[in-house]
Amino acid sequence: MQTSFIRKIIFDEKSRALLIQTLVIGLFAVFIYLIAQQTSYNLEKRGISTGFDFLNIAAGYDISIRLIPFSSEDTHLRAYFVGLLNTLMIAVCGCILATILGFLVGIIRLSSNWLFRNIAYVYVEFTRNVPVLLQIILYYSILLNLPKIKQAFVIFDTFYLTNRGLFSPSPIFKEGFSLVFWSFIFAIVFSILLKRFLKKKQEQTGKQYPIFFINSAIIIFTPILFFYIMGMPLEFDSPVLKGFNFKGGMVIRPEFLGMLFGLSIYTAAFISETVRSGIISVSKGQREASQALGLKSSFVMRLIVIPQALRVIIPPLTSQYLNLTKNSSLGIAIGYADLVHGFGGISLNQTGRAIEIMLIVMLTYLSISLTISLFMNIYNKSVQFKGNA
Amino acid sequence: MSVITQNLSRNKYFNWTVKNLFSSWVNTIMTIIAIIFVYEIGSFFLNWSIFSADFRTNFQGELITDRILCSKNIVPGEYGACWAIIYVRWDQFMYGLYPVEETWRVNLTYALLPFAIIGILFDKLPFRKIFIYFTFIFPFIAYFLLYGGPGLSTVGTNKWGGLLVTLFLGVTGIGLAFPLSILLALGRRSKMPIIKSLCIVFIEFIRGVPLITLLFTANVMLPLFLPDGVNPDNLLRALVAVTLFQSAYMAEAIRGGLQAIPKGHIEAAEALGLTYWQTTRKIILPQALKIAIPPIVNTCIGLFKDTSLVLIIGLFDLLGIGRAALADMTWTKLYYEVYVFISLVFFIFCFGMSRYSLYLEKKLKTDNS
Repeated sequence: MQTSFIRKIIFDEKSRALLIQTLVIGLFAVFIYLIAQQTSYNLEKRGISTGFDFLNIAAGYDISIRLIPFSSEDTHLRAYFVGLLNTLMIAVCGCILATILGFLVGIIRLSSNWLFRNIAYVYVEFTRNVPVLLQIILYYSILLNLPKIKQAFVIFDTFYLTNRGLFSPSPIFKEGFSLVFWSFIFAIVFSILLKRFLKKKQEQTGKQYPIFFINSAIIIFTPILFFYIMGMPLEFDSPVLKGFNFKGGMVIRPEFLGMLFGLSIYTAAFISETVRSGIISVSKGQREASQALGLKSSFVMRLIVIPQALRVIIPPLTSQYLNLTKNSSLGIAIGYADLVHGFGGISLNQTGRAIEIMLIVMLTYLSISLTISLFMNIYNKSVQFKGNA
Repeated sequence: MSVITQNLSRNKYFNWTVKNLFSSWVNTIMTIIAIIFVYEIGSFFLNWSIFSADFRTNFQGELITDRILCSKNIVPGEYGACWAIIYVRWDQFMYGLYPVEETWRVNLTYALLPFAIIGILFDKLPFRKIFIYFTFIFPFIAYFLLYGGPGLSTVGTNKWGGLLVTLFLGVTGIGLAFPLSILLALGRRSKMPIIKSLCIVFIEFIRGVPLITLLFTANVMLPLFLPDGVNPDNLLRALVAVTLFQSAYMAEAIRGGLQAIPKGHIEAAEALGLTYWQTTRKIILPQALKIAIPPIVNTCIGLFKDTSLVLIIGLFDLLGIGRAALADMTWTKLYYEVYVFISLVFFIFCFGMSRYSLYLEKKLKTDNS
């Protein structure tokens, strides 16, 4: 009786699986329990208090790069949001720049010109084989070595490039500008609807419409029209040199620029590789067949090659976006006030609530990652094969 | 005239040039632009790094011991790089603060490292078995040599630095993560729901957060988790974070290999009466790992680059040593020399690994067809 019971546990697949899993769960629970107990003991011994009440205490430090107002009297919670916004800002700007640069380099990598091809190849190999942190620090050092305020590089008489950042005119929105903005949104929505309508019509009648040109015209000219109707409600405040610094305008700090260059130049090298392999993956027959059908070469690219290449490009592109977002946490090395530097660094040192703060920071990054992959998955589904092909 | 063109069109170099550089007007213009670009950048860089650069001595022939003695500081705006900082700091770049009279131990470890790795990299190596045995005893030799033991004085890890820390974290992190990642990948494909979900949560959590948060957590919180007597030093804490991080990424690479194995292999093995572990060890893993090696190498390149992050938690890896050198008042402002040198070191390792991965991909392609 007993031996058969043991035999059953060892040799029957189902009961063995149950046994193993119970063991694993048990060990895991014991492990967690031991750590929790040890941690609470250690915390008590060192006199570290726990809890999330610190979020409402004044932070007591200043953050120079911020999208929302912040002073040292504001709470740690607000410092968290300042850091989060900075992280998102660098991630979004970096992704956009990296995508543009990456697609450009990826296409150059396939150029028929041997020299162009190989210049792009050298760029890719040299940027992706050097740590991104090193590149960020290097670009930041270059930016800090730019001329001083007095000898600023002047670009188009409006931008001033100095070792304290890029000074540029800041826009002042006057009354009525919101209408221009809303007209722009409206134009985009309208053009999407129009595209659907014209596509349907094309399928019914077979007649082609220049959808792209019509929509571009709508999106560009509607806001311009409203801009003039409202009496040009936009002015620029230009930076003027006064004493030792610029007055007015706005400044893009070298920390931000260093991060932006470092992240996007590094990630662009990876994106260019995915773009290249995506375009190569479209078989030659597809191209030849569409040429044989008499399609213009621009149509071959837009209607045949790119839609199929996107299927291959999107999944690795998503992981590159995720990497860029995670790498934006390296701002701490050059003092870019992102989530890890401000909230995860200074707040942690001031309050000593390591567990809580690291938990919040990690969960934030997790949710950013999940959001990006969610949106990219939706987009990915929209470009995948439809039907059971 | 026509004879000349005929002869030329038979020349394959001429044909290649025409086809790749001058096939059309646009192409010709592009070629000219590219040549100018390459010439400008190349001549600038060569001039800066070699022809106008100081190496150990400046242009007056004096040994450079201070930034002020660099030629470019004597005659500003005329000379290039000042590589003397690399010479002066060479020991720190290679060994950190390792005692000078003991550095032969590090050198010996560096020299033995290729022999420990070569057996894994090339499967048709003569005497491969002996090399593989050496791979398994190498960690103990390295520990004995680097840290010390009977007969050798102890050198604490707080004295380690530079390339030693970079290589230590890279190689040990990869070595420890490998078995862990196989277990994680198998667990993720297991039929047992609890084990599967534990593995998924672990992998996705690690992959969803930046390495720097893991390093912070290990640095600040590991001492809180552990009992009083156990207090791992900074390097060990970083190693824990790096290993966990790498194992999650490697597990995903291995999972890709596991998915590529046709189901028929598993069914056939089961039909033969092999147990799960027999099937896994003899049928699935040998095939899956072979397919997965190129992506695994790619994650290793990523990890090797990411070891530079440990400077943020106060360890002195290659980049950390470089920054420390620049903070020294006698050498400050030589950013480009230091960063270009460190980039070159990383480039050599990472480019080497990526070439190896490419070589494997090509080999696998011919193996399978």
